[in-house]
Formats: sequence, structure tokens, C-alpha cells
Amino acid sequence: MCLAIPGKLLDSFVVKGLRMGRVQFGGIVRETCLQYVPDAQVGDYVVVHVGFAISRIDEEEAQRTYRLLEEMDQLGELDIEASGGGRLQ
Amino acid sequence: MKYLDEYRDSRLARSILKEIRRVQTRPWVIMEVCGGQTHSIVKHGIDHLLPEGVELVHGPGCPVCVTSLELIDKAHAIARQSETILCSFGDMLRVPGSECDLFALKSRGADVRVVYSPLDCLKIAREHPDKKVVFFAVGFETTAPANAMAAWHAKQQGIQNFSLLVSHVLVPPAVATILGSPHNRVQGFLGPGHVCVIMGSQEYEELVARFRVPIVITGFEPLDILEGVLMVVRQLEAGRAEMENQYARTVQREGNRAAQQIVATVFEVCDRKWRGVGPIPQSGYRLRSEFRAFDAEEIFHVGEIVTHESPVCISGQILQGIKKPHDCPVFGTACTPQAPLGATMVSAEGSCAAYYAYGRHLNRTQSAAPSDRSTRR
Amino acid sequence: MSEPVRPEMLGSCPVPLAHPEQIVLGHGSGGKLTADLIHRFILPAFSNPYLDRLDDQAVVEISGARLAFTTDSFVITPIFFPGGDIGELAINGTVNDLAMSGARPLYLAAALILEEGLAIQDLQRVLDSMRKAAQRANVLLVTGDTKVVNRGKGDQIFITTTGIGVIEHAWNLSADRARAGDKVLLSGSIGDHGMAIMSQREGLEFEGTIESDTAALHGLVAAILAAAGDGVHVLRDPTRGGIGTTLNEIAARSQVGMAIEESTILVRHTVQGACEILGLDPLYVANEGKLLAIVSSEAADAAVEAMHQHELGREARIIGEVVAEHPRMVLMKTGIGGTRIVDTLYGEQLPRIC
Repeated sequence: MCLAIPGKLLDSFVVKGLRMGRVQFGGIVRETCLQYVPDAQVGDYVVVHVGFAISRIDEEEAQRTYRLLEEMDQLGELDIEASGGGRLQ
Repeated sequence: MKYLDEYRDSRLARSILKEIRRVQTRPWVIMEVCGGQTHSIVKHGIDHLLPEGVELVHGPGCPVCVTSLELIDKAHAIARQSETILCSFGDMLRVPGSECDLFALKSRGADVRVVYSPLDCLKIAREHPDKKVVFFAVGFETTAPANAMAAWHAKQQGIQNFSLLVSHVLVPPAVATILGSPHNRVQGFLGPGHVCVIMGSQEYEELVARFRVPIVITGFEPLDILEGVLMVVRQLEAGRAEMENQYARTVQREGNRAAQQIVATVFEVCDRKWRGVGPIPQSGYRLRSEFRAFDAEEIFHVGEIVTHESPVCISGQILQGIKKPHDCPVFGTACTPQAPLGATMVSAEGSCAAYYAYGRHLNRTQSAAPSDRSTRR
Repeated sequence: MSEPVRPEMLGSCPVPLAHPEQIVLGHGSGGKLTADLIHRFILPAFSNPYLDRLDDQAVVEISGARLAFTTDSFVITPIFFPGGDIGELAINGTVNDLAMSGARPLYLAAALILEEGLAIQDLQRVLDSMRKAAQRANVLLVTGDTKVVNRGKGDQIFITTTGIGVIEHAWNLSADRARAGDKVLLSGSIGDHGMAIMSQREGLEFEGTIESDTAALHGLVAAILAAAGDGVHVLRDPTRGGIGTTLNEIAARSQVGMAIEESTILVRHTVQGACEILGLDPLYVANEGKLLAIVSSEAADAAVEAMHQHELGREARIIGEVVAEHPRMVLMKTGIGGTRIVDTLYGEQLPRIC
């Protein structure tokens, strides 16, 4: 459960006392409540669940952990080459 | 889509799978808590890709499934009333009560509307001042801040014709109940990523300390799930039991303070009945007394609800990891989304429904279908 | 609360739902409920060799001429949406049903049911769309009917169009003709129409440039037939229920399996975004200007090439093949290399929070 999707914050404004913003998901834009991400700035990526941004994506952390995955992939390749095996599927 | 597509990269998926195969030496049973994770696993065919020794069992992360029959019947009773608009997330529409579901009620003339966001209900309430607008507020902790905001904002704005029928449930007590059961087979958990975005990871540290099982807070995309599995397997192989955070790009240890604050203002923890299981203490949310004016249970006197539970369903055991959906003799035959016998089939993200949607029931009836790993155990 | 807690039942919710005694919206979704309605009530009432084929059109022979004959109703809300309106849909939809048998669409009839209170201006707009669509499709609207129903009984406007076309080839295009070894061709991106409609639905609105793909496909069909001839076994336009439902229908009628590849299926960026936030699967979202073609392996490349030359087929791809294994089942290789079964939708696909 908890379908929440990352999107890019395009702008923010206040509607009836609530901080709202337009968030872009792959080309479509939806109005989203930003009350729970007071630190989110235009250009940030936020994770949105039922019309509410619940978190900012930490870009640095994302890059760092993704790099680890890529390194694992490269090490895996090296292992194969070192052991003389062919390319895995 | 950024932060989505790259977590579906097939090359990296293969390398994580390779690493899992490399480190795994013994069979392990791992549970993913969230229904959304179940969906993702079945949709991308992840469990078929994992090595035989890693068994994924599907957890209780289906707030729709576990909403008590009494509350569903109350929602139906409210929907039947005139001058009333019942708003709900799409998931709830096909959940059967004792008699029928919201779709059927809609066909009989009830004003039932699907909403995407709880704030949409407030718009509807403003547009229809002569009607009573009720929002069926279900969900785990992830959805609580959104539902709380609807109540909080309604109070701020003085909206008089809006109320919530609350059916919130909490994950940690469910996990504790599973782990505390003598039938438990689960040795490690993929923790609920978005629940932890809100609540942080402290509650899971407590569970780790109490039960000595590894819990890795995990995201929802294929690479997240695979990495989460890898991290759990590494711990299990090394005999460790710790809380780790795979979903660190989104989850912080302390969670979302702003969200927790509004939730605490609007809701308080209470005992809750989980459909089929019974009451689990301190496992749900209800509206605080300051928000009584927005409590649909107080406003609508729907009378004594007499509920009818079928004795046939065994879906509870599915949750424990004791059985898989296709271990149930009626899965896909007598029990289907059309005629569900249990919660896990009723809701789109319940394990049985997820399996059904992605066709697992056909494995039984098709001789040449790809075999499911778990049936070989 | 003194009830005992049964942890082994965690998650169970055992309540049986009997067969619906009334029509529910899901009966119109094109999925299992619809099929259920057809098989349990409609077929038994009228069964005959033509109807029993359950193709989108009937091919009849009258005095030596082979004619395709079809009807379709259009009840969409809202009646005006990005990329089109109900009028254009009503013409193109029926033209397409004729086209899927390889017929040249000729004449249409249109029955309008207007709701009391419909603005004349809106009616004019719809009629104008119909006129233009008929012109583009080179069909003549030759007869029709108009009725008015009380306010509240008609959702602004319902249109039923019935069409006749002539089949000038000798081939037999039908859903039961798929054979193991055939290729599965898709003419373009999926999900555009359904998500364009969804973007207008109350509570689900979003900004974006998703437009309905409504289009008359008979020209594209003619191009495919000219290039691939009797190598073309099945043609279907995947409307409500999406390609997921249509592929299953063909697999069931032909008693074959299908193996398709997720990475070959085109979904526009905007459609993907909309599907992601609502939790919808593009495989089951309606299309109104796309076709699926099951073509023999020898003729498949020629068919794709011919589609690329046509404005409605520029993004055509081979998305999979028909197999003898797992008959009646559609399997998809997922983006990450896993396997997923693509089953038929049950009722309406609903946005989800989980």
C-alpha cells in the first residue's frame, strides 16, 4: 500500500491557508498540498501520496546509493572476466 | 520519470540478483509488509527471479483488506442515506460488506464518489452545502497525515457538513502480532517504505530489539525491493538482526515531523478490530475528542450493525506466511475478485488479489504455465 | 473487547459477494463482467453463427457481396475532452469496427438520445465533429434518429452509430485466426484516450497535454492488407479494457498463448505520469486510434514497414508473438526481465492509494 510517486515541484502558493504547489509527474502536472514539506523548494523532487507531498527526495543520498548499485554491477562484471566466464544474460 | 525509471533498470536488477545468489547459502523466509510492495513484486515478476532459497511472503499491508466489516457496513449504511455523499478512495469501492459493495449501492442510486485526495472532499462539501459529505478515511500511517489534514482544515475553515468515518490501522502492532505467533515462519522483513517516511524508523528498531529479526526499510520500485532483499539476506547469512534503511533517499530516521504533528493533533491511538483477526490493542487511530464534530460515527446513527463473516476463508494464514494465495483450495475458483471470500482477495492490493490480477491463479489451470517457486516447497 | 485475537487470521476478511443482481458500472468496462453479461444473458438469447464469433463486426454475404455490419454506442462523459468529443468518437469507433474486418466503410446511421436541457450549442458542436469525422473517413451518414429524454435520464447525449462496409478482399480476418509463430503488432502508443478522459474526471483532474488518439483506422488497415495480404490473421482495435483485454480475447478465441515484451510497448511520458499517480496500468486503459494486428512471421516486417509509411502507424512495433505454450494466457516479459501474466480486467480499473 502507500502508492507515492516522485515528482518535480514547479511552484508554490497559498490556498485558503494551505501551502499548495504544482508538481510535475513525467509531463503531467497536479496540484499538491505542500504542508508536510515546508523545506521543499521549487525544483526539488517530492514524493506525493493522495495529493500530499510527504517527503523531499534527498538527491545526494539518491545519487550515492545509486552509485553503489552501479559499482556492484561493475564488480560483478569484473568477477566474470576474472574467472574467465562468458557474459551473463 | 526521474527517480522512478532508473529504479527499473534491468541491468542493475540482474546484478543485484546475482549478488543475492552469491551470498545466499541457506533458505530464508522474508516478508514484505506493504501491499504496494506486493503489487510491485508481482507486477514485475520479481519473486520468479529470486533464487529458490529466498521465499517472499506477503504481509498485512492492506488497510483496505483489514478494515472491519462493521465499519464497512457503517459506510454502506451512510451511503444509503439521502442527502448524503460518501467519498472514498477507489480501492474501497469493491470491498463487500455483509450485503453488497459500494459499486452496487451506487447502481441503486447512492451518491458515492471516488476521490484521489481527501482535500477533494472539502471541495465537494463546499459545493453541496445542503448535503452531508462523509469521507471514508482508511489507510495506514502513510495516509493518516492526508486524512488528518482534511479534518484539521475543515475545522479551520468552519466547514459544517463534512465528517470522516475513520478506519486507520497501524503497521508495527501487526508485525508484532505476526512475530509473536507460534506459527510464524518469517525470518526477516522488508519494512514499509512510505509508512516510515511519515513515522520514521524508530518503531522498527524497537521491533528488531524485541524479536531479533532483521528489518530493512524498503522502497517500492524493483531495484529497491531487490536491494532490500539483498540487505536482509546478508544480515540473515551473517546472523545479524538490525534495522537498516534501503530507502534512504526518502526515509529519515525521525520521519516527517510536520506530518506527525498534525496526525497527533487530530488522531489518537486506539484499539482496532482487524477484519477476521479480532481486536489488536493500540493498533489504530480514531479522532480526538476535539474533532468529535467531524466523526461520522457520532453524527450518523446507523444502528446496531449485525455482520456476517464467512467461515471458509483462510487468508489470515496467508498473512502469516504459513500459506500462499494458491495454497488456498478455493483461490481463483470459488474465491475471485468477483466473489471474494477474504480480505486479501477483496482489495486490489491484498495478496490474493495481487496474485490474481497478475494471473497466478492461471498457473493452476494451465498445464504449460511457468511454475511458481513456492509450490515446489 | 473481550474477543480472542486470532493472529493466524491476520488480514482475512471473509465475506462472500453473490453474483450482482443489478447491472453495475463494471458490466460496461469491457472486462470479465462484460464478458459474463454477454455469455450468460446475451448469447443465449440470440445465438447464431455470426453472433457467436463475437467479433467487433459481423461479416455477412448478400447476393454475392461480402458486407461488414456493426453497431456501437457512445455514452462517454465528459462529452468534450482533449483531442476530441463524443461525436468524433461515434464516427471513428464504428468506422474502426468495420475496418477491423478489412472492409471499406461506406454508410453510417446515427441515433441520438438527447437529454432535456442539453445546450443547442453543444449539440451543434457535436454534429459538426461528426460531419468532419465522416468526411475524413469518407463515409456517408445516410439515416438516423433523434430522441429526447427527461432531464436526469441521459447524461447530455448518447450516440449509437451503425455502419456498413464492403469487403473487397478474399481473406478472413477474425479473432480465432491467430496461430503459433505469428507476430503481434501494435500501431502506436497506448493509454492516450483513457487518460485524456480521466484527466477531466472530477477529483482526478490534472494539467497536461494528454489528448485522445481518436482516429479512423481504415486507411492504415488498407495499407497493412496491401503489404501483407493473407498474412494478416487478426485485426482488433483495443478500446475499452485496453490491449490487455484485447490480447486475452484473441488468445481465448484462437486457443493460443501470447508472449509480449513490456519494453517494446510505447507509453507516452504524460500518460505514464498520469497512470503512475493514479495507480493505473496502461495495459488496460482505452485507446481509440490504435490497432493490434496478428500477422504471420513471414509478412510481419512488411506489415510494420507499411504502417510506418502511414501517418497513424509511424510508431508501430512488433510487441511479441503468438505461441503454442500456455494457451489462452498472455505472458509479458517485464522491463527487469521477470515474467508477468496479463489477465483480463475484471471490472472498471479504479485509481488506488495502495
